[in-house]
Amino acid sequence: MRLLGWHIKNNIVRIVEIELVKPENPQVKTIFFRDELCSLAEPGQFIMVWIPGVDEIPLSLSYTSRDGLSSITVARVGEATRALTSLEAGDLIGVRGPFGLGFKIVGGSALIIGGGTGMAPLMMLIDKLVEKSIKVTVIEGAEDVNKLIFMDRLKDLSESKGVNVLFATKDGSYGSKGLATELAEELLHRREFDVIYTCGPERMIRRAYELAKLHSIDFQASLERYMRCAIGICGSCVIGRYRVCKDGPVFDVAKIKDVEKYLGNLKYNERGEMVPV
Amino acid sequence: MSKSVSSHNLRIRVAGLNMPNPTMLASGILGVSAETLRVVTEAGAGAVVTKSVGLKPSSGYPNPTVIQVECGFLNAVGLPNPGIHRFVEEIKILKDIGIPLIVSVFGFSPEEYAKTSSIAIEAGASAIELNLSCPHVKGTGAEIGQDPNMVKLTVKSVKDRVDKPVFAKLTPNTAHITELAEAAASAGADAITAINTVRAMAIDVETFKPILANKFGGLSGAAIKPIAVRCVYEIYETVNVPVIGCGGIRNWRDAVEFMLAGASAIQVGSAIAFEGLSIFRSICDGIDTYLKRKGFRSVGEIIGLAHKK
Repeated sequence: MRLLGWHIKNNIVRIVEIELVKPENPQVKTIFFRDELCSLAEPGQFIMVWIPGVDEIPLSLSYTSRDGLSSITVARVGEATRALTSLEAGDLIGVRGPFGLGFKIVGGSALIIGGGTGMAPLMMLIDKLVEKSIKVTVIEGAEDVNKLIFMDRLKDLSESKGVNVLFATKDGSYGSKGLATELAEELLHRREFDVIYTCGPERMIRRAYELAKLHSIDFQASLERYMRCAIGICGSCVIGRYRVCKDGPVFDVAKIKDVEKYLGNLKYNERGEMVPV
Repeated sequence: MSKSVSSHNLRIRVAGLNMPNPTMLASGILGVSAETLRVVTEAGAGAVVTKSVGLKPSSGYPNPTVIQVECGFLNAVGLPNPGIHRFVEEIKILKDIGIPLIVSVFGFSPEEYAKTSSIAIEAGASAIELNLSCPHVKGTGAEIGQDPNMVKLTVKSVKDRVDKPVFAKLTPNTAHITELAEAAASAGADAITAINTVRAMAIDVETFKPILANKFGGLSGAAIKPIAVRCVYEIYETVNVPVIGCGGIRNWRDAVEFMLAGASAIQVGSAIAFEGLSIFRSICDGIDTYLKRKGFRSVGEIIGLAHKK
């Protein structure tokens, strides 16, 4: 008889000590810790971060290295993220994961469109694409110059790895004036790309998807929904016929097509009410 | 639909509901949206039970709400739901689902259970499963379901309002589950579902904190299976209505064990985390093979066989 374990290895909560907190901008911090399972994550996979006594939230990993060092990048938006961004080196958090399906590396030249902390999983993706010598163009979008993140990492990628890094700010305080997708649209008229990878506000993802369709290029997006179990049983994070935690968070073009009517439009909230995104 | 799942010998009629096979999706698992329930149906479930719904919307508890322990899962989700008035939109979409759609209902009084149930039935539900057993929300679930008198009142008030089958899902967090089963059956329950999760908790030793935001939750999975089998066995001996087994079922062997104990159908929940939705088909295939090997013509023949002297 087959011996049946009731353990999902990655799902055990590990308590880790924060090693370093790096401010990205006044609202966003990157929190480094050491965890072997996290460091083995694929770009686009996420973890559940427990802030003891406060909450547990899903976050994409923003950096991993072979020695176990891993990071999450989090913006102060609510009670949980306020608590998390107030933590310092030496404080303890719980992590479980990594979970879900990450980005699939496809050949050809890649256009990366990121907004806000949606840049986090894309940074890991860029590292991997560069490692595989894939030509990469990155557009990071933000409200204004003070909301941009990962500036030093992107500068390094641009200078030493030949990544084409572009910025778009709504107020024009840095890079092009306007939305990341507006800059992408311009770029797509001038240059050929084989795939768009994106993560960020869902309306931005929607617009990027429309551009991919228009130019008949491959597309992958990391989506977000209210999440509880992260292992595909509670049903909280469903979009259409898929569970974001298990069938995502990265959706390929076929899955995106199946959830087109929801993308950028509708989601279930924590009560299971269908509400506007 | 695959041959095994609809094969003739797996068909079973439970409390007036015709099921193509004895597997059901347990309440609280993936039962939030119509589209997900349809995916579970396509995967081969014989019936589906929705996530518990009440009269008014509720957000449930903050996370952590579902955590893994050595022998299963601990959850305290806190009955989040959009309220029955919004949930009817999901029920209506499932009119053509082809298998029984059972809506799980909770309330803070017998009247609330009855009102919510009647709205669910009006929207098209095939049956109601009364959540008399959630171990972690004040004023409902097990707090009502541990008192035989309240069980009786609740089942009766629902039966007075709806003309479809009503299941009572019972809690193992009691000295005598048979008293609860008798109370439910005497008030007209058409079936007993046993069991819900076992009240439990986990504490993190590094941070000295209970891990679940609600501190207490319900244990599911492997650890509770023998408890559930015992409950089903006892209830089968006590009442004359069908029993639906639930608790730690992961494969055909578990399912058969529950049926031998007296279950007419079985519910699958936590194990989906390990086996995925193909679990419904693999349990059905396994039961089918078992029936042939043992020389039974229908799955109904094995119900309660462990009671034979």
